Amino acid sequence: MEMSFDLKWIDYLVMIIYFVFVLGIGWALKKFMKDANAFLEAGRSMPAWVAGLAFISTNLGALEVMGMTGSGAKYGMLTTHFYWVGAIPAMVFLAMFMMPFYYGSKARSVPEYLKLRYDEKTRGLNAILFAVMTILSSGISMYALAILTEKVLGWNFHVSLLLSAAIVLGYTYLGGLSSAIYNEVLQFFIIVIGLLPLVFLSLHQVGGWEGLQSQLAPVAASHGYEPDAYTTMWRHSGTAGGNPLGVEWYGILMGLGFVLSFGYWCTNFLIVQRAMAAESPRAARNTPLIGAIPKMFIPFLIIVPGMVALALMNNPAAQFTIPTNEAGQPIYDYTIISLLKYYLPSGALGLGITALLASFMSGMAGNISAFNTVWTYDIYQSYIRPTTANKEADDKHYLKVGRLATIFGVLVSIAAAYLASMFGNIMDFLQTIFSMINAPLFAVIFLGMFWKRSTGHAAFTGLLAGFLVALLHHGLTVPAGATTLVKGGWIAALHVYPVEMAQNFWTAIFAFTTSALVTVVISLLTRRTKSNDELVGLVYSLTPRMKEDHVVWYKRSSTLAVVVLLIATILTIMFW
Amino acid sequence: MGLDIKLPIGLMFTIFGIILTVYGMFTNSDPQMYQKSFLVNINLWSGIGMLIFGIVMLALTKRKKPEKE
Repeated sequence: MEMSFDLKWIDYLVMIIYFVFVLGIGWALKKFMKDANAFLEAGRSMPAWVAGLAFISTNLGALEVMGMTGSGAKYGMLTTHFYWVGAIPAMVFLAMFMMPFYYGSKARSVPEYLKLRYDEKTRGLNAILFAVMTILSSGISMYALAILTEKVLGWNFHVSLLLSAAIVLGYTYLGGLSSAIYNEVLQFFIIVIGLLPLVFLSLHQVGGWEGLQSQLAPVAASHGYEPDAYTTMWRHSGTAGGNPLGVEWYGILMGLGFVLSFGYWCTNFLIVQRAMAAESPRAARNTPLIGAIPKMFIPFLIIVPGMVALALMNNPAAQFTIPTNEAGQPIYDYTIISLLKYYLPSGALGLGITALLASFMSGMAGNISAFNTVWTYDIYQSYIRPTTANKEADDKHYLKVGRLATIFGVLVSIAAAYLASMFGNIMDFLQTIFSMINAPLFAVIFLGMFWKRSTGHAAFTGLLAGFLVALLHHGLTVPAGATTLVKGGWIAALHVYPVEMAQNFWTAIFAFTTSALVTVVISLLTRRTKSNDELVGLVYSLTPRMKEDHVVWYKRSSTLAVVVLLIATILTIMFW
Repeated sequence: MGLDIKLPIGLMFTIFGIILTVYGMFTNSDPQMYQKSFLVNINLWSGIGMLIFGIVMLALTKRKKPEKE
């Protein structure tokens, strides 16, 4: 199928109006940016629903939207494991057990929490890795956007790269984190509303959910699975070979449901920063819970159309194909593009494309706004220019540094995007490597919050050891059919996993376990450097509980948490 | 931060709603255009939907802020 679209004036009109609003929000917030706190922490003033939608929108970047639709076409309903088991429990845990410490400790970032809880070197290690990783991710999504607009809209690669960078820079420079957050809320609505027509039309074509089930049954049979393998979640997870995902139930539960998801949702500053910007401790606690509600229903928005794409690909009468690479393999990430082109006429198409562009922007702006905070507070303020006695002058100074860091971050992202265009494999490799820092980080933060005995030396060693084991595991194993060393096995191929997903899960499990063990053992061997008094507000057992008695029961965070878990359970049972 | 985000959201979707509704009405007689969406005038319907959403958002900005607990 030819990939390029024939866009009409109306499609461009929708796009232009959207960009006017995006920049307008930044412009309207400009006058509030008086100090570093307003610029980098949004003045801790966001209502819970705004922070909650921004929380989920940051995660709903283009790589997620395109990737999950593609996974829907590849693995079917099993892709929802990334949501109901792979996100919701972690989000509830973050809200109920971790947010009170992140928010209550007055730390301005996750690395700063590590500094307060452990020591300077642990913070430094995490801050530097995080800064490099966010810039890299922002560069990679910028590159993906430019490639996409080149192929689909026929725009010049360099022009779209620089234009998207300029828009993101424009609104984050003007309004800082507030602007990023407000725009994420706007992006959330445009993504949902822009993609909804796709859901209706695609389900309409295959005859609803039942129709989809019956059309995917022969597809499953032709791959040697049970007829309902593509439309159920857990039923065929008894063995790795029995389901399209290629992972068995405990791999899903431990790897995805525990290590990967808790590592991502509970420690990634990019996400946690949204909850830290909330207006009160209660709002901070509710942020992930409010975000969890739309999160549970996003599979119906992006995975189900991907499953329809799978049915259409196997139905010659539908005349639906997705683009292929040089080797003739389908490029699953482009599934959503093919669907947009297949179903939407001009007008709705412009809205769909705008939704996709919006998801790219939200990813980039999220990265940039997390980067400038970590750079300013955790690197610049700690190692280059510490605070002085003059608070007012300091505030002005750090605001300036935060703004410059925004420009610097965007410039380095552009450089990273060009690097990705020249050495795509190296960037993939770096991204795989950096995804390994989350699992050990979760072990260290978890032990820090719930075990007062854990020490700074132990945390630092634990982080490093976990990271090294992840590297080692990646270097010693390969997924079946891997053609480049980027996928693993660059030391020796000791073990072959059936699919790449299984390899990722096990890398994370090994990294987490190592990091936890090392941290515990070294904590017991080293002396505590922080007294109980110093750890109040940072460690669970030493901090007074957040009381909710004065709030009516239906407004309590715990009630909301139960509701969220209940809905996720019902959805899981419905699609068991 | 002194900006009510419901205002820009409401404004943007009201504008989108008007544009797509009008566009949908003008293109309604063009059978070729809606061939791919199974003759459903998807522009008209999503236009109306967005218009309602936009107006609801704008109406919510008028509501008084509840007292802080």
